[in-house]
Amino acid sequence: MSDSPQPALKTAIQIRNLNFYYGKFQGLRNINLDIVEHKVTAFIGPSGCGKSTLLRTLNRMYSLYPGQRAEGEINFYGQNILDSSQDLNLLRARIGMVFQKPTPFPMSIYDNIAFGVRLYENLGKGAMDERVEWALTKTALWNEAKDKLNQSGLALSGGQQQRLCIARSVAVKPSVILLDEPTSALDPISTAKIEELVHELKSEYTVAIVTHNMQQAARVSDFTSYMYLGEMVEYGETSRLFIKPQKQATEDYITGRFG
Amino acid sequence: MNQNLYRKRILINRIGISLSMLAMALGLFVLLWILSVLFINGFKALDFNMFFHSTPAPGTEGGGLANAIVGSLMLVGFATLVSTPIGILAGIYLAEYGDTSKTAEITRFMTDIMLSAPSIVLGLFVYAILVAQVKHFSGWAGTIALSLIAIPVVLRTTENMLRLVPGSLREAAFALGAPRWKVATMVTLRAAKAGVVTGVLLALARISGETAPLLFTALNNQFFSLDMNGPMSNLPVVIFQFALSPYDNWVRLAWGGALLITLTVLVLNILARVFFREKISS
Repeated sequence: MSDSPQPALKTAIQIRNLNFYYGKFQGLRNINLDIVEHKVTAFIGPSGCGKSTLLRTLNRMYSLYPGQRAEGEINFYGQNILDSSQDLNLLRARIGMVFQKPTPFPMSIYDNIAFGVRLYENLGKGAMDERVEWALTKTALWNEAKDKLNQSGLALSGGQQQRLCIARSVAVKPSVILLDEPTSALDPISTAKIEELVHELKSEYTVAIVTHNMQQAARVSDFTSYMYLGEMVEYGETSRLFIKPQKQATEDYITGRFG
Repeated sequence: MNQNLYRKRILINRIGISLSMLAMALGLFVLLWILSVLFINGFKALDFNMFFHSTPAPGTEGGGLANAIVGSLMLVGFATLVSTPIGILAGIYLAEYGDTSKTAEITRFMTDIMLSAPSIVLGLFVYAILVAQVKHFSGWAGTIALSLIAIPVVLRTTENMLRLVPGSLREAAFALGAPRWKVATMVTLRAAKAGVVTGVLLALARISGETAPLLFTALNNQFFSLDMNGPMSNLPVVIFQFALSPYDNWVRLAWGGALLITLTVLVLNILARVFFREKISS
């Protein structure tokens, strides 16, 4: 938190004094962080450090499970989404999420994309077709999928399925996209494609990505946060954090001496 | 290596396999015996007239099972129409909404009791609350009794199949901002479709052979009738009455009816397996 983003950068999500509990177990301890608009913020750290947990507080995914709760503030453009009055469905339409394993819905490729759009927009056939093409083009899947839009999403390869899932999130036109280890189940070529995609997404979306792979964080992100045991050890610009970490713990982790 | 220990293990292994083969042979033998007796007597009894004539009066020649076949189809058909939506919706509630709530726990417990309740008790219940009140037997009473048997089967299969759907799929749908009912109906129920259909088919197979709950609800009807408000002929009760009768043609018809029911259940079970296999392969 030593070098907070330059004043010119706008904050999309401001996290203040965030504590998170799985029942009695505390998963996150006093997290403070600003996620910058239209930038990629990466969360790295060893397994169980709380990076996925943090991501799941940002769209209140944890609220699906009784016994999990968060305390503190997460201000999404000024509005505290931890408020009990927050409409979760609307929130999740604005803050999309893509998961570790590709999860195509058991329906056609077209309907996979249209499903989310139909929830909040009433588009005609033509407009919906355009939206589907737009989302698939955006995720570099259009050429591969345009001839099988009516086939099941399960017919695609793993990497294609994951891009379909990203397309599905993008199609809803959210403001923020959360990626929870989106490439950990994919081969290197698919991974490269997704990383390229993340690069392109940030022109229009704010992206937060959790990754196990430090090289990936270095490649795709503008800001990186290193977490350990539920605490944020260090947060800063990726270029600086990887070259000149300020904390010994961070250096140990990124140089592979630990973790 | 200890040769004795090795030999001993081989011996125990052989004994184990022999015993389980014996158990299987015994079970298979009984099943084949039942089926062969049924098939020999049943196919002897089977003829075209059976499908076009109604059950004969005592002492008359010929006759068929047309009224019982149609009656059974209607009873089972209506019972399926009643129990499928109730069972599936309740299953969705248990798997997607209730989860660990008190209401869900109680529903689950009650369902388990219903699953193992003797069917004659369910028949008696419908007799007491419906037949005894309106003072006549009816096809609707039979439908209700059969539904009470089918609902728990559909409900539990639906719940179990929905629980097999990975949580990640559910989360992915919620992550798009979908409300719970959309997630349940459009995503998880769809993903569990094959399993749910299997459950409905198995429930159908189960109720198509039930006799006890029909004895004092739909009763029986010697004549062809499509009136669900009146007593309704049906295969299980006809088999029960005719098999015990002194008339040769009645006994013959009972065998024919038994064969028809068995074949129906067999087909339903095969269909259920085919559906379930499709689910696994996808």
